[in-house]
Amino acid sequence: MKNKKSKTEKTGNISRRGFLKGAGIAAAGTVIVGSGILISKPHSHEKDEKFVPGTISINMKVNGKIREMNIEPRTTLADALRSELHLTGTKVGCNRGACSACTVWIDGIPTLSCMTLAVEVGDREVTTIEGLAKDDRLHPVQEAFIEHDATQCGFCTPGMIMTAAHLLARNPSPTEDDVKKATSGNFCRCGTHPKVFAATLDAAHKA
Amino acid sequence: MKTKRIKLPHGIPGYNLGEIEREVPSTEPPALAVNDKLKVIGKRIKRTDALAKVNGSAVFTADVHLPGMLYGRMLRSDIPHARIKSIDVSAAREYPGVFAVHIFDRRYEGANPKKNSSDSEFPDVIYAGQPIAGVAAVNPDVAQEAVSLIKVEYEPMDFVVTMDEARKPGAPLVYQTDVDQEASDGGEEIEEGLKSKGNVRGPSTKSFYGGPRGDLEKGFAEADVIVERTYRTQVQTHCPLETHGVVVDYNHGNVTIYASTQSTKNTRNEFARTFDLPKSRVRVISEFIGGGFGAKHTLGSFGVMAGYLSKKSGRPVKIMLDRKEDHISAGNRPNSLQIIKVGAKKDGTLTALKQLSYGTAGIGLGAGVGNIAQAMYACPNFKTEQYDVFTNTGPGAAFRAPGNVQGAFALEQLIDELAERLDMDPLKLRDKIDRSVIRKVEREHGTKILNWQKPKKPGSDPGPVKKGIGVAQAHWPRFVNLDSSVEVRVMRDGAVEVRSAVQDIGTGTKTTLAQVVAEELGLRAEDVTVLIGDTLFPIGPSSGGSVVTGSITPPARNAAYKIKTKLTDIAAEELNTDANNILLENGYFMLTDEPSKKISFKELAAKMRVEQITATASRSDDYGGFMLGTIGFEELGSVQFAEVSVDTETGFVKVDKVLAVHSCGRPINIAQIESQINGGVIMGIAYALYEDRVMDKNTGHQMNANLDQYKMPFSFEIPDIQIELIEEYGAISSTDATGIGEPANIATAAAVANAVYNAIGVRITEIPITPARILAALNKEKKVNNE
Repeated sequence: MKNKKSKTEKTGNISRRGFLKGAGIAAAGTVIVGSGILISKPHSHEKDEKFVPGTISINMKVNGKIREMNIEPRTTLADALRSELHLTGTKVGCNRGACSACTVWIDGIPTLSCMTLAVEVGDREVTTIEGLAKDDRLHPVQEAFIEHDATQCGFCTPGMIMTAAHLLARNPSPTEDDVKKATSGNFCRCGTHPKVFAATLDAAHKA
Repeated sequence: MKTKRIKLPHGIPGYNLGEIEREVPSTEPPALAVNDKLKVIGKRIKRTDALAKVNGSAVFTADVHLPGMLYGRMLRSDIPHARIKSIDVSAAREYPGVFAVHIFDRRYEGANPKKNSSDSEFPDVIYAGQPIAGVAAVNPDVAQEAVSLIKVEYEPMDFVVTMDEARKPGAPLVYQTDVDQEASDGGEEIEEGLKSKGNVRGPSTKSFYGGPRGDLEKGFAEADVIVERTYRTQVQTHCPLETHGVVVDYNHGNVTIYASTQSTKNTRNEFARTFDLPKSRVRVISEFIGGGFGAKHTLGSFGVMAGYLSKKSGRPVKIMLDRKEDHISAGNRPNSLQIIKVGAKKDGTLTALKQLSYGTAGIGLGAGVGNIAQAMYACPNFKTEQYDVFTNTGPGAAFRAPGNVQGAFALEQLIDELAERLDMDPLKLRDKIDRSVIRKVEREHGTKILNWQKPKKPGSDPGPVKKGIGVAQAHWPRFVNLDSSVEVRVMRDGAVEVRSAVQDIGTGTKTTLAQVVAEELGLRAEDVTVLIGDTLFPIGPSSGGSVVTGSITPPARNAAYKIKTKLTDIAAEELNTDANNILLENGYFMLTDEPSKKISFKELAAKMRVEQITATASRSDDYGGFMLGTIGFEELGSVQFAEVSVDTETGFVKVDKVLAVHSCGRPINIAQIESQINGGVIMGIAYALYEDRVMDKNTGHQMNANLDQYKMPFSFEIPDIQIELIEEYGAISSTDATGIGEPANIATAAAVANAVYNAIGVRITEIPITPARILAALNKEKKVNNE
């Protein structure tokens, strides 16, 4: 096989979200984007650690509290939660919507936070794994995951739990097939699935 | 060394359980009773870190955030083979938000030498994805943008990415010289000092247990039946859900590293060696690790890069690989081409077994598959020839039972075929040729549970969807790592702490340690705090080769026993009796002959002369010694049965059920063992049916470096998995426990393949068994029958 590439290469890719950068919404002043969110003026372009090109300030309701954060328009919800709010319970496994580790709820609907831009959230409410327990009482699915040893490495666990807990919210007595259908997008490399199914079914009786 | 003789449980409960007397070091604790008589060990204890995992508070390396931390990204070659003429990083360096840029002056992956061409200051690129330079910036996006500004002038060279092409005479050479490589702690086999011819290195004729034996020619001459087959297995990538990554805080040579690693020890040692620092100046912390499966044994090129970027910038630097990088550069299970030939007498007795194999670990070594064929069955005449083939693809790495998974796929199908040729039940044939006691018991259990009959005539089901059943066996050596130490501390408030550098990659090591210490100290597992995954603590083994439980639980118990001895002395004083008359149970020290006279663990701790007493222990040699080096006697044997449905119209295979019959010595935590067996079976099914790294011959790139086109098992691919765990006492250590990670993954693919044969009557000798392969095999068979 011959390599047909030219001799001088400029390597590296433009991020698929790169298109948003420089799209103009980061210009000074206040801009209203499609979702209805108010984007306030960007931070100044200082050098050193404060330099983040084209950041904007947004408010987002997360786990019951309004949080303010400075993000770039291209920042995904997953990155905003993890890097800006330090809510690192939400995991990123593939960053292209193939593993569901990043599942959070937006207005109660399971959503892939790696495929959602932070600016898209608007005034809807985000619930993450950190917000699932109420008044220090674990959600029954969390309890059941502990009880049934439905964790191994634990990296898929938050996404798995957000998915399973949503299933029980809309279907209090699911069959195993329902559980499989609900979690069919959640990847687990450790192969904990049988215990995830058992834990979710068990939680259904207690939810 | 002073020794004593103790009687220990030996054998399998309900089968041949008895006692055996062993001479052991006088410092060893008394024999531990069988699990039935224990309170914490052998039970379904909840993971000590489960709460952190379910509420999102577990901090993985990907979650570490330090003040002032920068993010690193690496420039990777998108050319598979090239000489680098120049690298211009000026634009990257000037890009706003960039703090440091580093160019590699050698490779940090694959085989040695790490630099190929003598006339370049840079190492040659030998696979697409090889890291060349790196940037540290305020966030990953800025770092990636700066990386895209680096200009590299390549002189492209011919390349080869498939093993078959690479073996041909005149194929482009990945290495110009003979090469070598140090094996990791994952259990892959690499024989030193072998020569290469073209891209083909070897043969290696050795496996864990030595070289060839007997006389093959004579063996085949004595055979009544000879079966020979060629098998192929694919490249499988590890895909831990948490990708590889580190945070390095160089801090003027007082280094702290957070690493997603299977070995805090190796990460520390490699970093210290690379940056010429004493090991005492490098601290590695790994509290939670998002899976590894063999790919996370080393510091990795990203770890070296993060080190340089942190050193240059004076800031902590985090590098997490993205999913594509993890696929292409962070390890894989080498593929294999195996030609295997067996000779047997009419009664099944094996007379000769010959194996020839090729495999590619890309630019690395470790594609050998010979161990299981050498070790599993009694055959007086045996020879293996194993070749490593270099290709311009990412380096392989140990992967859950390296070599044995590929080897079992071939061997166990061959034995199945031999049974058919001999008109024997495949289990009866194994009874004849397998000396392992544990596998015999496992076969008996499986037979009983499934009401096993001799398999029906292959392909005899009416209708398009045909069902089949298959069985396969596994062998894995009992490796012990003597570099395994544990410290146990008791504080004046009665708090108990366990410390070791050993890490928990999801297998449950934290909980296992808590159980062993709690059992010894008469406490509950939740009374024990386990602090591990930190090189400030006593050294621990790497999490690989199923070595951890067998290596780290004995010193944990021994250290706890030392603490118990010290506390018992205090208790004897408090209760006015002799230390021999003290019993520690259910949180109380009490008089053996008068249990009402007692003092609680907590009250007693308050009477300690100092705030904290501590004891450390290291792994002793196996009681009775080792069979070979640090490989114990006996083995980790298992037997798995698979039931499948094959749709002969679509070629679709569905695994309906797997019965996994396993043993891991004394089980410590039943729930965690089950979880690992589930995981091994599911990974084995994925290997048999789905996973396949696809390389583009024209560009040298992986076509499916993601989690959607790289086919993985999801919820609907999970069969009913039934687990049978056999307790087995070998009297080899103070806990008598061993691991389960590797054996759980070895037999599955072969069991599925044998079941597919039983369903459709055609052998599929190449995995993954895709619908296309099923249909092609059925059509070929039809054609043959028509002719």
